[in-house]
Amino acid sequence: MSTSPLLALDSVTMRFGGVVAVDNLSLHVPAGSVTGLIGPNGAGKTTVFNVITGFYTPQAGNVRFRGETITGRQPHLICKAGIARTFQNIRLFGNETALQNVMIGCHVRQKSAWWMPVLCLPQAAREERAIAEKSLELLKRLDLMIYAGEKASSLPYGAQRRLEIARALATDPSLLVLDEPAAGMNPQESQALMHFIERLRTEFNLTILLIEHDMKVVMGVCDHIWVLEYGKLIADGDAQAIRNNPKVIEAYLGGEDLNSHA
Amino acid sequence: MNSVIRNRLLNVLLIAVLGLFLYWAEHNLDGYKIQILNLIAVNAILALSLNLIYGFTGMFSLGHAGFMAIGAYVSALCVLSPDQKEMMWILEEVVWPVSVIHTPFWFSVLAGGILAALFGLIIALPVLRLGGDYLGIATLGFAEIIRVLIVNATPITNGSLGIKGIPMHSTLLVNYAWLLVTLYCLIRLLNSNVGNVFKAIRDDEIAARVMGVNVFGYKVLSFCIGAFFAGIGGALMGNLLTTIDPKMFTFLLTFNVLMIVVAGGLGSITGSLLSSAIITVLLESLRAVEDPFSLAGFDVPGIPGMRMVVFSLVLLCIILYRREGLMGMREITWNALFRFIDRRKHA
Repeated sequence: MSTSPLLALDSVTMRFGGVVAVDNLSLHVPAGSVTGLIGPNGAGKTTVFNVITGFYTPQAGNVRFRGETITGRQPHLICKAGIARTFQNIRLFGNETALQNVMIGCHVRQKSAWWMPVLCLPQAAREERAIAEKSLELLKRLDLMIYAGEKASSLPYGAQRRLEIARALATDPSLLVLDEPAAGMNPQESQALMHFIERLRTEFNLTILLIEHDMKVVMGVCDHIWVLEYGKLIADGDAQAIRNNPKVIEAYLGGEDLNSHA
Repeated sequence: MNSVIRNRLLNVLLIAVLGLFLYWAEHNLDGYKIQILNLIAVNAILALSLNLIYGFTGMFSLGHAGFMAIGAYVSALCVLSPDQKEMMWILEEVVWPVSVIHTPFWFSVLAGGILAALFGLIIALPVLRLGGDYLGIATLGFAEIIRVLIVNATPITNGSLGIKGIPMHSTLLVNYAWLLVTLYCLIRLLNSNVGNVFKAIRDDEIAARVMGVNVFGYKVLSFCIGAFFAGIGGALMGNLLTTIDPKMFTFLLTFNVLMIVVAGGLGSITGSLLSSAIITVLLESLRAVEDPFSLAGFDVPGIPGMRMVVFSLVLLCIILYRREGLMGMREITWNALFRFIDRRKHA
């Protein structure tokens, strides 16, 4: 790599008791790229995401973001540093409206203290207005405007997925981490998602790291793909290289056994 | 913009009407009815403060009686004159700073709130790392610790004898003014983005953390603000009853407030206001069931505590048939009211 990567994992190991979920993993995400992390079920992909976003502290190794070590930092500080994520099973604030959900995302960059709106300070009011405007703008850009006043839990599934991304974008991230964005989508919807991810990268100037099972999506949007199996890196490269890599094929299809057991 | 100005005018109008009503009530109603009106205001303050902690931030806290006790004692110690204190402390001599303090009433209430918030902070730091039911049990324990401390700190609190003859400053207007202050602060807070953050913590703590919310910090904040207003409510209640003792501040008191909050709707300000009015009035009017009465020729002696049996049944019914309480998470707002009238007109 000529330029230094935005995110880098250096020999990260994450154990849960006797289970080694992530084993001596090193990978990097170049700035401005769409990078995929794939692997069969239970390969440790989500664990890697949880290490990156600060939910787990790895037993060994380092996570560096913009050259700075962020290993073991609290999740909310990692968000402040510029990493936002979505969840495999959508985690919206269900009782709040779509607009409120996005405004909560804006909160991490908010400067006025909690008591300022209580005392009606003009600067706090101005900031609140700016946040509401920014949130509405985000909803508009992600085609969620019609849902602005609706309770998040009552939105259709696809809109909930987009709202989760809108909420993540509200934190002004430089790296967006998507955990199975195409889960539960039909082919047309995942087609649309691919365009959407492209749009995110260019319009919001983002670097994107994603976990995905839908190979069409992965092969379609990712510049670079890392493949995990049992917590270990087994391959990396562009879509073409991954598609023809015998180790990857074996991990996914079970190699020679396939014919004899089928 | 038009509706914003309209709503503001209506709010002012509502407050004016309330003020006029209270002025009228103070001069025309008998003492018993005035006392009920007073209790409604105090209970509303207490319910709002617990609703902030439990309904809006999702922390199941059962420590309210403890904060109320602190508020009530601090306020009482501040407003009593040094002579009164010297006469009343018969078990042990009253200690120095307490023996000379003599402050105006409004300051004593504020001091009660601030000290309750400070205690809230001390309790919050270890306890708020717990979640769910464990938090409830831990806060319940802390409330009991506060009560036991009050019993045993005789030189400060006059121990189990309690404090009598607190000068009654809390008139109807004073109590409702404090209620308005509480309402104003909480509405401003909850309608700001910080309010959204509280609700986010209630809905999904993990997602809130990922969105950059310092969950622990905001939980502590919400808990302390709740404790502050609970302290104010306790101070007002002490002044209203003019006598306090440690036995008042048992779990039963927390339970009363909790009942109001749950019946009104967790996460609804107007729900808490409505249900504190309804439940306070019911608590008084149901005294009739404790009187001796005759049923079909049989004379039934009065049963003390019968009221609470009725209330347990009411609470059971709420839990069985209307989980979300009177209002759920909804609010009665002017906009909603006008929409409702509009629909009526068109229908």
